[in-house]
Amino acid sequence: MYDTLIIGAGMSGLAAGIRLAHFGQRVAILERHYTIGGLNSFYRLRGRNYDVGLHALTNITPKGTKKGPLARLLRQLRFSWDDLQIAPQNGSQIVFPDAKLAFTNDVELLRTEVARQFPSQADRFNKLVDQIVDYDDLTDEHQQLSAREVVSQQITDPLLVEMLFCPLMFYGSAREHDMDWGQFCIMFRSIFLEGLGRPFAGVRLILKLLVKKYRALGGELKLRAGVKRIVTDEARVVGVELEGGDLLEARRVMSSAGWCETMRLCDDGEPVTSRASGQLSFCEAIATLDVPPSTFDYHQTITFFNDSPDFHWTKPTGEMCDVRSGVICSPDNFGYDQPLGEEGTMRVTVLADQDRWMALDEPAYRLAKHRWWDRIIESSVRFVPDYRSRVIDTDMFTPGTIVRYTGHDNGAVYGAPEKQLDGTTHLDNLFVCGTDQGFVGIVGSIISGISMANMHCLRD
Amino acid sequence: MTKAEIREEVLDILADIAPDEDLSGLDDSVSFREQMELDSMDFLDIVMELRKRHRVQVPEDDYVHLASMSSTVDYLEPLMKDIQKV
Repeated sequence: MYDTLIIGAGMSGLAAGIRLAHFGQRVAILERHYTIGGLNSFYRLRGRNYDVGLHALTNITPKGTKKGPLARLLRQLRFSWDDLQIAPQNGSQIVFPDAKLAFTNDVELLRTEVARQFPSQADRFNKLVDQIVDYDDLTDEHQQLSAREVVSQQITDPLLVEMLFCPLMFYGSAREHDMDWGQFCIMFRSIFLEGLGRPFAGVRLILKLLVKKYRALGGELKLRAGVKRIVTDEARVVGVELEGGDLLEARRVMSSAGWCETMRLCDDGEPVTSRASGQLSFCEAIATLDVPPSTFDYHQTITFFNDSPDFHWTKPTGEMCDVRSGVICSPDNFGYDQPLGEEGTMRVTVLADQDRWMALDEPAYRLAKHRWWDRIIESSVRFVPDYRSRVIDTDMFTPGTIVRYTGHDNGAVYGAPEKQLDGTTHLDNLFVCGTDQGFVGIVGSIISGISMANMHCLRD
Repeated sequence: MTKAEIREEVLDILADIAPDEDLSGLDDSVSFREQMELDSMDFLDIVMELRKRHRVQVPEDDYVHLASMSSTVDYLEPLMKDIQKV
């Protein structure tokens, strides 16, 4: 009999597991895949290491900072700041036609940039920042308001509004067109007020750190252990049945599989609530270069681009990918102590229509991957130096890749638009954590696992 | 345990929760919240570490006594006086 079974060995499941194992629970994490990580993972291809998922950690505050999500994460998991080996970003930019905003981990640069390019908006922007700083994510009753409405009350230049939404939506909006005000504030703080960083060794360093700690505390990790159903008895979970047929008994279950996905696993006959699955999925074109991007004088960590004054955050219609807008990430361009390597990497992420991608048969899929790699990269070089002659290897991930690794419906990267912030379900001892609980990003998903474990599994 | 030993134990728990924090200058009369910016999650952790390490149960209504080092030690003394320091 387990005290808690956790479904999914991603960031949130591993973090929840550490908390529970630390306080003496018998706990097992069940992972369908043969490897850990879920959405944020890593792989090796033709002798090179790649990250999947987020381009950088958000919420990066300097060592010694006592407030904010990163400080909370470190304390709760008993890590030292140095354990994460974070190097800060060089600097990033938001590029729209006729306007470009640069930002770093010091928000003063963004204030200066706004004042220089949108003089009439400078005071208004500072007021908006104050409003965001004051926002309390636990008590604010305005959490569900439309962020576009709240921001537009302050910022009256529509171009600036679009430019501020672009990075925040790319890095964490499950909702089309708009965001909840609460989510906007959390994302704004995590990217503009705290900042971006990356460990030299990438996502694998964080995952390995989590797994090592979890195992050292006596936690069990079962790979290739997909859950076939959550077994219930009179409105309570009594355990799970694995795909292989094994039955595991548990006093409670914490699932990071996603809201709809978790509901479908329950065998209590309750109809799955008609909560909509997410619609927003991505393709990412990855280019390995023979030199680091700094060689051709490109030092930006992230470039968010959009080729018209309006930013469209919707599922693409009519095309498999929407290349009008995207995110270019150069993992080489962080402030490491030494160069990442002799080669370089450019990752370009754009919105994709998962229905079209999932409908392809194998030969058509392979062809589409090549065709869209070219188009995505072609779109990106309108905003950064043309690196195409430097490419020595390529890879591509699609909504299909996301479905395979995360099990999320529709390959929805940020899950369902409607979140379950308190993590409860219709069953007394079944809880959700991770993307569909409401926090995104690496730090966010770890915090999700921690807080759901604290709230629901450590109180008795 | 004596008051001094209880203080050592609490200090050890704080060092475990916040390894980057320099606790040598901790002022026993000033609240942890003020000095270390501990939040409600951290207070829950102090309580759970006490339970895990010493089987001391702190009911939720008594969390207020854990505000500063001196109030914590005063509160814990009757609960921990029979526990042997290991």
